[in-house]
Amino acid sequence: MSARKIVITSGKGGVGKTTTTANLGAALAMRGRRVILIDADIGLRNLDLVLGLEKRIVFDLVEVADGRCQLRQALIKDKRFESLSVLPAAQTRDKDAITAEQFASIVAQAAEQSDYVFIDCPAGIETGFRNAIAGADEAIVVTTPEVSAIRDADRVIGKASERRMPVRLIVNRIRPEMVRTGDMLSVDDVCEVLSAELLGVVPDDEEIIDTTNRGEPIVLDQSNRLRGVYDKIARRLEGELVPFSTFDNQSLLGRLFGALKAG
Amino acid sequence: MHELKSQDGGAESAEVSAAAAPVTLGRAIVITSGKGGVGKTTTTANLGTALAQRGARVALIDADVGLRNLDILLGLESRITFHLLDVLEEKATLDDALVADKHSPSLFLLAAAQTREKDEVDTERMRALVERLRERFDYVLIDCPAGIEMGFRNAVVGADEAIVVCTPEVSAVRDVDRVVGLLGNRFQPQLIVNRLRPQLVKKGKMLSVEDVNSILHLPLLGVIADEPEIVVTTNRGEPIALQREGRTASAYRAIAARIAGEDVPAPTVEFKETFLSRIGSLFGGSR
Amino acid sequence: MIDFFKRLFGQGGSSSTAKERLRLVLMTDHIALAPEIVDQMKRDLVDVISRYVEVDRDKVEVSFEREDKALAMMANIPILSVARPNPPARPVQVPAPPAQASDAPAPAPEAPAPASAAPAQDAPPPQSAEPPETAEPPAASQTPPVRRRRRKKTRATAAAGAALAPHAAPPAVAAGN
Repeated sequence: MSARKIVITSGKGGVGKTTTTANLGAALAMRGRRVILIDADIGLRNLDLVLGLEKRIVFDLVEVADGRCQLRQALIKDKRFESLSVLPAAQTRDKDAITAEQFASIVAQAAEQSDYVFIDCPAGIETGFRNAIAGADEAIVVTTPEVSAIRDADRVIGKASERRMPVRLIVNRIRPEMVRTGDMLSVDDVCEVLSAELLGVVPDDEEIIDTTNRGEPIVLDQSNRLRGVYDKIARRLEGELVPFSTFDNQSLLGRLFGALKAG
Repeated sequence: MHELKSQDGGAESAEVSAAAAPVTLGRAIVITSGKGGVGKTTTTANLGTALAQRGARVALIDADVGLRNLDILLGLESRITFHLLDVLEEKATLDDALVADKHSPSLFLLAAAQTREKDEVDTERMRALVERLRERFDYVLIDCPAGIEMGFRNAVVGADEAIVVCTPEVSAVRDVDRVVGLLGNRFQPQLIVNRLRPQLVKKGKMLSVEDVNSILHLPLLGVIADEPEIVVTTNRGEPIALQREGRTASAYRAIAARIAGEDVPAPTVEFKETFLSRIGSLFGGSR
Repeated sequence: MIDFFKRLFGQGGSSSTAKERLRLVLMTDHIALAPEIVDQMKRDLVDVISRYVEVDRDKVEVSFEREDKALAMMANIPILSVARPNPPARPVQVPAPPAQASDAPAPAPEAPAPASAAPAQDAPPPQSAEPPETAEPPAASQTPPVRRRRRKKTRATAAAGAALAPHAAPPAVAAGN
């Protein structure tokens, strides 16, 4: 049975695509799934850096596409997990170093040896985006609760829907305290505007900066709540009905009057 | 000199204003980064505002075709009639398309197209457009899209100066390094370090400005601390640089002054210490 | 647990880790982005080595290896021949063999084979120079080329550092361009 091929995209840059790819992939690997992550951001690769695998790169995506090596030679096995491998992007090439067909074919190859293939999509909606999405059957759109990000997510959801791709939404970097004071859009606001199915809500956590500095996915940190958050997202992706929980310590009264959705 | 574009569109023709314009061309500055989400658009909007508040005539170009956001940050999203591609394809004149800012009288926006694609922009026409704008404005700020594809190349083509925006994070630094390489010898990019969190830097959990620039080796134009208020100002469509008080507004004003050639104490290493400790006290230890 | 203590003492300075990782990554990026500089470095390296030994230029291999905290350049330079050390100051006079002077050329004086296979940029060192210590004992050109590995961390760091220098000017090669 072939793997699920999921592109993680956003339109807007810097909202957390790469962090999401790394951590969601890791969370699924921790649940025993065979996961392959593919960095489609040719020229601006970062998935390797975020996972701390930058020193182990031997071959990259473009070399696989050019036939200079096999896929298995390019895949970097992350030793911290049972079955998580990463195909790095090329750093010195352009986005048109690979065609959409070539990319799709590599994704298909990866899908034969895994349960999940996640494609870390570059920012924007240009060639890089089009190639990345060509390899996928499903899309996860990541957005932050900010107007520019939401607007861009909307555009990307449109493009994914054009391709008849099921789209699910992750709202990243929510700050419940700012939502409470009305300074930030709530998850409900975001979902209403985008009318997409919600897959997960990830709170803002400054620890991410630290773990990225080290090249460690945050889900490895047992004391960090994001581990649980990504695990829930992983479970929802697998079809489990996991309720969204709240992060703020609201009183029962607060909950009755509409708890802030998060989790 | 330059004639003011009136709100009801009764502007004189571009040819007349060009003939009356002074010989010195305005400066065309591209604001880029490689990595998305580090604050290019916010910087464009606020730097443009700060320059305009000093009396300069400023044109902002949103080069992020298909993913426009500069209009939202300025609160002008409902006033866009014509956009960049309309002008490039000569379906509208510059005067039709330039939208006057709500808050700063000498600030104008040329919005991106929302439903078109970046590769529809003709590079040569883009260069010519920027040139035309330079004849009419003191500053032309070009908001570059994320990435290094066609959108990036078109944003850069008309510029003669570059500002790179970087957050103190590994991916951002790496991407800026790549972009500086791609910008090539034509530019001597200046660096703005954005979203610094001094408390995290103190704990050793975030790269410092010094760390970042010891890797990038660029002239430092400014340092802006992380500011949750930015989200609010974006929501409202009111650039933070309009505020009289506040460290972020001051930071943008200082950057504007430096760009204008004023002798504002540049954020050198020593200055950084003072700057950070001032921020620390402003933070009140809460972050 | 360790994380707890790290946090307690405000340590766990990942920023220095980040800085180091970035430095390494950018060195790698820069080298990958400038293959012509690597080629030039290779040529210059071979030129210098050729002043001491004869090398097989076509088979020279240069690669970069990432170690934990450093980048190292590995050069694989097949040596074809190494001159005999300490040649005499003056050619030895070989007495002319009787009645054979016309058909065989006089044996060559005891000067070593040229140390340089290709013209070097500097003046070649005097022929009596000692070959570097890492060279194999003098071998005639009939024996198979000897493989020699040489760590050139200093040069790699310098070259990479030069490549990392402000992008205003094209990156300069450490060894003259």
